[in-house]
Amino acid sequence: MKQIAIVAFHQSRAVADAGACNEVEMIMPVLSEVYQQVGINNAQDVDFVCSGSCDYLQGAAFAFVAGVDALGAVPPIKESHVEMDAAWAVYESILKIRMGHADSALIYGFGKSSPGELPIVLSQQLDPYYLAPQWVDTISLAALQARLMLEQGKLTERDMAEVVSRSRRNALNNPNAQLAGDISAEDVLADEMYLSPLRKADCCPVSDGASAMIICTVEKAQQWGVPFALITGIDHRIETHNLGMRDLTDSVSTRLAAEGAGVADGSVDVAELYAPFSHQEIILARALGLDEGTSVNPSGGVLAGNLMMASGLSRIGEVFQRIVSGEAQRGVAHATSGPCLQHNLVTVVEKA
Amino acid sequence: MPESEILNQAFELGYTYTRSTGPVVGRFLTGLRDQQIVGIRASDGRVVVPPMEYDPDTAEALSEFVDVSDEGEVVSWAWVKHPREAHPSSQPFAWAMIRLDGADVPMVHWVRAKDESDIRCGSRVRARWADETVGFITDIAGFELVGE
Repeated sequence: MKQIAIVAFHQSRAVADAGACNEVEMIMPVLSEVYQQVGINNAQDVDFVCSGSCDYLQGAAFAFVAGVDALGAVPPIKESHVEMDAAWAVYESILKIRMGHADSALIYGFGKSSPGELPIVLSQQLDPYYLAPQWVDTISLAALQARLMLEQGKLTERDMAEVVSRSRRNALNNPNAQLAGDISAEDVLADEMYLSPLRKADCCPVSDGASAMIICTVEKAQQWGVPFALITGIDHRIETHNLGMRDLTDSVSTRLAAEGAGVADGSVDVAELYAPFSHQEIILARALGLDEGTSVNPSGGVLAGNLMMASGLSRIGEVFQRIVSGEAQRGVAHATSGPCLQHNLVTVVEKA
Repeated sequence: MPESEILNQAFELGYTYTRSTGPVVGRFLTGLRDQQIVGIRASDGRVVVPPMEYDPDTAEALSEFVDVSDEGEVVSWAWVKHPREAHPSSQPFAWAMIRLDGADVPMVHWVRAKDESDIRCGSRVRARWADETVGFITDIAGFELVGE
């Protein structure tokens, strides 16, 4: 089977409000960055392009098509889109390359969440008969999950605060982070409840931004002559939309995806986990079987800035960057979608 | 440019079709209209409320309906101190996972409570029916705490 190499990645700074900057204007700078990293001119120089975004954020059907303006689609290109985080666009692109239909692929994800009320917007993606009419928001659902963890003694509020503290401190070294600071668990615990049992710091911020990546065959990477890392495993699994039928204190789908991707086949130096809420990072680390030897979310993770539809792609990109810099040999990237970690994708990235 | 020259066109986002909710979801919603709550038996025997059309583990089509109580127990809850405009209550309230008597699987709905300290896991609650029930999940106008 063809080996897949990551050759380029770039993420914009996560900002609370991109103002007048539209989606195309958010995408173009990250594209030109990844073009530069491999020394190509534009999307004509790759065989396939796949993007990830969510029309609900713009509030219009087929809004994602406007994003294609950032590519310049004349002359025609082979292009696809997932109404999912762009980590799933990586998955589609890998299939495209493995099938022999492309040797290289450009992937981008973008989200301008600030104009709407994101937790309420996302409520409309839930079960249309039983949940969406109640307008139950994402933060409230995560709070129900956290309560179950606390009640069953599977974590403490301090455990959650420690996740936040580590995120804020790690984010001090991440120039793209929206929230960073030398904050202790005590500082977090001193804050009042926001949506009990969650404090505001337990929840990821609402962010605007984009990220992009280029993957290709190893032969193509060598031809481009750039440093690369290998994607040696990728798998994704989904759980039922019925929250009552899931064990919300575990992530069964992450566990299965990790098995499929071969996470346990080697040591994990670094893990970037898409955990929009502090308690979810703990659920994920357990489901992935991570131990003390793994540096979890050295970027600060999405508690430091959450680019809807791009954060999952960025997790893969963060691991890639740490591997090509020599900081890590092998890492795991995780992406999620849906309420309370419903759908999870796990990628293993290794030194070439 | 004088205002009269600006072209205007009213736009109302709407759906020009109706959709049947089908024999399972429809049965549940029709039950709500009659102030009754119905669940369905899953492949493993558990009673699921609201009912699902297919079993998430076995993919078996489900069809055995089971009447359940409009009273039950809070399994998990979250306190909304600052309700959002779209939320079902303008007063502070709790979202909850509620396991109705006769059901095995909790459902997500909301609970009326004056104060956060009034609710806990294990609290007993009862559905409060809307003044007019029409066959929507919102026919349950929240759950009320049952005196302990």
